[in-house]
Amino acid sequence: MASSPQAIDVRGLTRRFGQFVAVDNVSFDVRRGEIFGFLGSNGAGKSTTIRMLCGLLKPTSGTAIVGGIDVGRDPEGVKARIGYMSQKFSLYELLTVDQNISFFGGIYGLDARRLADRRRFVIEMAGLAGREGTLARDLAGGWRQRLALGCAILHEPAILFLDEPTGGVDPLSRRQFWRLIDTLSQAGVTVLVTTHYLDEAERCHRVALIHAGKLAAIGTTSEVKRVFDGRPILEIRTPSPVDAMRVLDAAPGVEKTSLFGTALHAVLRGTDVTAGQVAARLRDAGIAVDEIAVVTPSLEDVFLDVVDKATAHA
Amino acid sequence: MRKALAVYRKELRQIRRDRRTLTTIVFVPAFFLLLYGYALNWDIRHIALAVQDRDQTAQSRALVSAFVNSGYFDRVADVWSPAGIDRLLDVDTAQAALIVPEGFGRELESGRVPQVQMIINGENANTATTIMGYAGNIARSSGAMLVTVEPRIWYNPELRSTLFLVPGLIAYILMITAVVSTALSVVREKENGTMEQVRMAPIDTFSFIVGKALPYFLISLASAALILFAAMALFGLPMRGNWLSLLVAVSLFIAGALATGLLISTAAETQQVAFQAALLTSFLPTLLLSGFIFPISSMPHALQIVTTIVPARYFIVALRGIVLKGTPVTLLWPQMAALVVYVLAMVTLASVRLAREKL
Repeated sequence: MASSPQAIDVRGLTRRFGQFVAVDNVSFDVRRGEIFGFLGSNGAGKSTTIRMLCGLLKPTSGTAIVGGIDVGRDPEGVKARIGYMSQKFSLYELLTVDQNISFFGGIYGLDARRLADRRRFVIEMAGLAGREGTLARDLAGGWRQRLALGCAILHEPAILFLDEPTGGVDPLSRRQFWRLIDTLSQAGVTVLVTTHYLDEAERCHRVALIHAGKLAAIGTTSEVKRVFDGRPILEIRTPSPVDAMRVLDAAPGVEKTSLFGTALHAVLRGTDVTAGQVAARLRDAGIAVDEIAVVTPSLEDVFLDVVDKATAHA
Repeated sequence: MRKALAVYRKELRQIRRDRRTLTTIVFVPAFFLLLYGYALNWDIRHIALAVQDRDQTAQSRALVSAFVNSGYFDRVADVWSPAGIDRLLDVDTAQAALIVPEGFGRELESGRVPQVQMIINGENANTATTIMGYAGNIARSSGAMLVTVEPRIWYNPELRSTLFLVPGLIAYILMITAVVSTALSVVREKENGTMEQVRMAPIDTFSFIVGKALPYFLISLASAALILFAAMALFGLPMRGNWLSLLVAVSLFIAGALATGLLISTAAETQQVAFQAALLTSFLPTLLLSGFIFPISSMPHALQIVTTIVPARYFIVALRGIVLKGTPVTLLWPQMAALVVYVLAMVTLASVRLAREKL
């Protein structure tokens, strides 16, 4: 199994809660050492999928092979091979940094020598040298987060699950955190990460978009952006974006529009429609255009597109 | 084993730093002990006594002296009319009044048993009962018979004593420390998300439970020992039975209580719910339906049936038997068996619930 290039292999994974289908026939695989991003809105089924992959939740149907082990058959066996960190950075608030490490090392069954080794590694990795005796509750967000990560990889798991690992952390700490993830990935650790932040998704080798329990798109970020092949995206800056949206939604060459911060994105129906034509139409309607340009689609565009299509199907 | 040990250490460290849990575990028993120590100290001295000696003979003076010399009574006033007695009792100058009727000495000499009268302020029922007991003894040993009048007295047929209450107190305190602290500690982990983190680790339910429950088991045991020794030192509680049977009874009860706490924690999602559940299922039955304070035999029949599922009921009987009477454990087997059933039932229920929660 170590020779298998697939760290995670998911086939037709489904989980129902009564009538509700939380995860619907999802299939994908993750290669060894890959950083795999799992994107989707709240309630899309990301966490349910992760919980099944970690052996916490039994699949209703389908299989998931994680680290060579069939999770449905041997949920306990999988646990020794994976690390898990949730958005809560679940640490014991009343224990010190050192005591948290000892505890998690203990429940992963590390012996004293290995624990000492790993303790050094984690303290260094998380930048916690000199803070070993600090209570976890007194740590700032970034440190807590890195300590939680450290505790999740004490047993050197081959596969790491991160469930929204950067929530509520400042941008600098987020960057530091992603550098750690890159380092782990280079060392051969497979990382499956769910996130809301689409800029973080850009740092993943591949991403999967999940919507309403279904896998909506999968591939490298440039691959998933190919849904916009033949449909250029215009970014328009105007003082009256809401009026502009109304005008453009009625235009035949425009498929749809959406707000992006202070700007407006318009998806065109084909390459034959030009920026000049769109600008002209806006000006004809009495709307000033400060700036208009074709942009490469962002993951957010892809995400919205996927959601739109899924909603149209339903 | 290493995993259970890790959980055990972590739990101890947490308890040490957690003020709230520490307070519950350490100070509540101490508080109850002091509270009950005072409340149960009925050894009353210096009772203010008013005397109306209508006989004025050597015999009547000897009786009054016997009251004063007993050490329980202080002669605070001599009165000559019934109205005087009423007034003294009303303004609390006297707690009790002794009335020796005319002819007391004559009757005593002629070999009859003369009557003397005692009027006691019955506002505090327990005090009144105690005073009556003292007075009766003194009168009897002086060859007289006591007739008492106790205004507003509420007669309590159940002459409680510290010794009788201590076993119930132990049950009550163990319920607080064991059920509540276990339930809260697990639910707190759920709230903080650490429970999920632990469940992601390759640790079996058994190791987790053992590591989690062991600190509370030891603390509860220490708590029980503390109350027991304190009761021995302060109230002269005897230990007439076998220490080993005592340990077995206490351990069984604690184990059942811990499992109850665990069971509650599998059902409750917040600490508040857990606390209320513990209150309803453990505290109140232990306080009200165990025979700790209210005798089971005087409860309505339906309620008596309910008490058969209150574990403290059996525990208290076993404890009273072992500590107060030195009853051999062989005679306490129904109680011990009931406790074993309690432990098994709770452990089974808790394990089933925990296992189901896992997947």
